[in-house]
Amino acid sequence: MRIILGLTILLVLGAAFVHIASDVPFGKPAVTDMDDYFIANGQEQTGANNIVTGVLFDYRGLDTLIEATVLFTAVLGVSVMFRKLKEGEQYEND
Amino acid sequence: MRMTKVVRTVADLLYPFCMIFGLYVVAHGHLTPGGGFQGGAVIATATALLIAAHRYDDVSARVKSARMKVFESVGLLGFLILGFSAIILGQPAFRNWMLSRGSLFNDSVAFGVNPGALTTGGLMPLMNLAVGLEVLGALTIITLYMLSGTKEDPS
Repeated sequence: MRIILGLTILLVLGAAFVHIASDVPFGKPAVTDMDDYFIANGQEQTGANNIVTGVLFDYRGLDTLIEATVLFTAVLGVSVMFRKLKEGEQYEND
Repeated sequence: MRMTKVVRTVADLLYPFCMIFGLYVVAHGHLTPGGGFQGGAVIATATALLIAAHRYDDVSARVKSARMKVFESVGLLGFLILGFSAIILGQPAFRNWMLSRGSLFNDSVAFGVNPGALTTGGLMPLMNLAVGLEVLGALTIITLYMLSGTKEDPS
């Protein structure tokens, strides 16, 4: 019974995903104004041959800064999680 | 636990190539696919390779997490300073003010399809280096902390 239920859910979900995916034409985005602008002017305005880097570090520099800060915060969290216990300190849930 | 001598030797041989490849990806961020984030991740992978082949205690004695914290902080601080240095010159933040001014990284770019030169890009290669330093420090610290569970003599 559970196998039949699982297979049914799988088939329905799969069919839904395939139906949605087959509607979207591959490689033909609906709106390309911004892409065309970057491709046409990116090299001239940022001075980088790699337009992805041009967007990352010039047009969207602030976004990249916050992204780097997110990584910094992640390291902060991990190092708080893996810190050494102080003398006599117990794990909270023990 | 340490791997056999074959694995350890091959890991030692591959380690410098990992580092060099990561540095290449960082330094050519403005010319080829890749950049600071990707190159820093490649360099951090080299440490994971060493830990996989050797014991954790041997590797963590060489790759110090205190030094990696310095790398990380210096990288993020450098990126901040580079990004907002344009404000001091009276320009919008993150503007590439260094472009075609005639010193390091300032050769003017050839437009159109071209292989590119390493000395172009203005502020961008420096930012790539800063971000690469930050990511290399951050991911190495995460790797070291997460694999500290494989430590053999808890001290």
